[in-house]
Amino acid sequence: MGLLTFKGGVHPYDGKELSRDCAIEELKPGSVLVFPLSQHIGAPAKPIVAVGDHVLAGQKIAEKGGFISANIHSSVSGTVKKIEPRLTAINGLVNSIVIENDGLYECAGKLNDRPWNDLTRDEIIHIIDEAGIVGMGGAGFPASVKLSPKDPDSIEYVIVNGAECEPYLTSDYRRMLEAPDQLIEGLKIAVSLFKNAKGVIGIEDNKPEAIKLLTEKVKDIPNIEVAPLKTKYPQGGERFLIKAITGRKINSKMLPSDAGCVVHNVDTIVSIYQAVVEGRPLTRRIVTVTGDAVKTPKNYYVYLGMSFKELIEAAGGFDVQPEKVISGGPMMGFSFYSLDVPLVKGSSSLLAYKKDNVPHTPEQACIRCGRCAQACPEGLMPMKLAAAALRGDEETFVKLGGLECVECGSCAYACPSKRQVTQACRTMKKIVLDKRRRK
Amino acid sequence: MDKIQYNVSSSPHVRDRSSTNRIMIDVCIALLPACAFGIYNFGIRALWVLLAAVVTSVLSEFLYCKILKKPITIRDFSAVVTGLLIGMNMPHTMPIWMVCLGSIFAIIIVKQLFGGLGQNFMNPALAARCFLLISFAGKMTAFTYDGISSATPLAVIKAGETYDLLDMFIGRTGGVIGETSVIALLVGASYLLIRRVITPLIPLVYIGVFAVFTLLFGGHGFDMYYLGCQICGGGLILGAFFMATDYVTSPVTFAGKMIYAALLGILTGVFRIFGSSAEGVSYAIIIGNCLVPLIEKFTIPRPFGVVKDKKEASK
Repeated sequence: MGLLTFKGGVHPYDGKELSRDCAIEELKPGSVLVFPLSQHIGAPAKPIVAVGDHVLAGQKIAEKGGFISANIHSSVSGTVKKIEPRLTAINGLVNSIVIENDGLYECAGKLNDRPWNDLTRDEIIHIIDEAGIVGMGGAGFPASVKLSPKDPDSIEYVIVNGAECEPYLTSDYRRMLEAPDQLIEGLKIAVSLFKNAKGVIGIEDNKPEAIKLLTEKVKDIPNIEVAPLKTKYPQGGERFLIKAITGRKINSKMLPSDAGCVVHNVDTIVSIYQAVVEGRPLTRRIVTVTGDAVKTPKNYYVYLGMSFKELIEAAGGFDVQPEKVISGGPMMGFSFYSLDVPLVKGSSSLLAYKKDNVPHTPEQACIRCGRCAQACPEGLMPMKLAAAALRGDEETFVKLGGLECVECGSCAYACPSKRQVTQACRTMKKIVLDKRRRK
Repeated sequence: MDKIQYNVSSSPHVRDRSSTNRIMIDVCIALLPACAFGIYNFGIRALWVLLAAVVTSVLSEFLYCKILKKPITIRDFSAVVTGLLIGMNMPHTMPIWMVCLGSIFAIIIVKQLFGGLGQNFMNPALAARCFLLISFAGKMTAFTYDGISSATPLAVIKAGETYDLLDMFIGRTGGVIGETSVIALLVGASYLLIRRVITPLIPLVYIGVFAVFTLLFGGHGFDMYYLGCQICGGGLILGAFFMATDYVTSPVTFAGKMIYAALLGILTGVFRIFGSSAEGVSYAIIIGNCLVPLIEKFTIPRPFGVVKDKKEASK
């Protein structure tokens, strides 16, 4: 069987060698932790603690604020100091609960202590919902909602996204190597929710050790398999992962469940295991600290609510003052201007570049070379979309399929004239969608 | 609060190493073997023609930007490419002032007045060639070879005589400076293919369709010698690999490229077989250029996962 893949895509320098062999290290938090109430797609959570309250590690401190929303739990025990807007890496100022760590790590009661085989489908989904689990690849879509499609019997695949196609990131890779049993057990739980489903772990072939280990581990499990994928960005994009593994295609108007699929990130599945089997809510995750400006790149098991600053200090600080720091990968991650912001559920990495190559590569005229169209995994014509976007032509933008854009960044990466193609499309998409919402 | 400020921008934060300048320089490098052969074949005057075209092109662009207070764009090398192509499309006997006039026309009228790099709707070098061909038909078609005035190989064949195919392949014939040597052009084209500046799609479809058209309507039946001469002569190789593939004036989609290239093949065939002149590549490409917006309008690719039939999609 040839390697599974999709059409289009790019091959950026992957930088994974910086941190791929660094075993996960545990990192204890400092005295103050910040929990933004919006760490997910959907409505912000509502605080259920007040200033001065004593909280335990794993205690729910904010409750989901709508159907698409997620609970938030404290990662440490201590006292609620403030509830106020705080700067975050991605969303600007967000109302946050600030907790002073008492250093005791007293644990709250477990979410569940029965064996998961005895639980009903609804009970499992309820535990996952209670645990505040969201997609941990960055998007932050509530996992319990993903696991509750309209017609559960139509789901044929539960796909684990182990592609980790973003350059530099190695947190999922380390997870697969160091916690394969948790991952497989978590996947078994997810698969058990759908009677016609099988589990597939998709892994890019630049991680042969993970493919080998997991293939070996699942060889006696009838409904779980490992699918090696060709290494190409954005293989880990939901639509392209589904295409590579099942051959089915979905567009912007469809959900993965329309193609009989549910897709979860590696860390999300491990979190499901921790919630259902160990009864622990989502309060910790793996974060890669990397980039050419970081003294000793690492993979850390952190407590959510810690700041990026603590993370970089633990990694020995910067070699050189970086020009740019990014939460997430270089292709779709978010750059932010102050390190004094908290780690949240979707923070997969801290990437620090000595040199930010965006201002050093000024835009030139588009020469219609078509490299963006070749790179576009959506089969769009980014140069035309960007041109329409720049002249404010919404109609043409939509007609050319602009709303199908997944903002993966492949076009802007590939552009020899260094044009801000993705950025133009992203802005125009926002304008169009915003107008539609207001109607 | 952390006082240090880091750069903030919308993702992606990394860029490929390729650059527009590099692409243009690659095209220049790819044109050099044919230029060198042209100078060897026609003598030192060919060099002056090439130089005049390049220098005038770059200078016109520089002055235009300077006078209109626009950013000076000569460092992107696109004017050098245009200049080289203009020079290669001139007979070596062309008066220098005419070469300069053609270059000014290409850069100022065809390229800059339509918005500069990336905005011109036809290939500036070919537009200049056609402009000169119309204005100074005599000078543009006065070919001499080894000091004797001679017709181009295709004109000779059209007149019913024969020409040595190997000479045509190597380039030991009369014609414009850069078109004669098929082998030198192919060496340059291979470089562009290896560097992935161009894909073989447009040249192969163009030449393929032209070959089929010639076999069908050329009136020579299945004559491989005649076909070989038609492919090697008349600037087809120069046009197919270096001018039809010009990014700015060719379609960006796969389907669009196929249609465009096939159209060029047919048009070239029509001009050569049914027209009065023996060549026709320039006009075919220019007409093709003008049709590009239309072709692109009808070949908008279907995005990933979008189903044609709306009923099917709503299922």
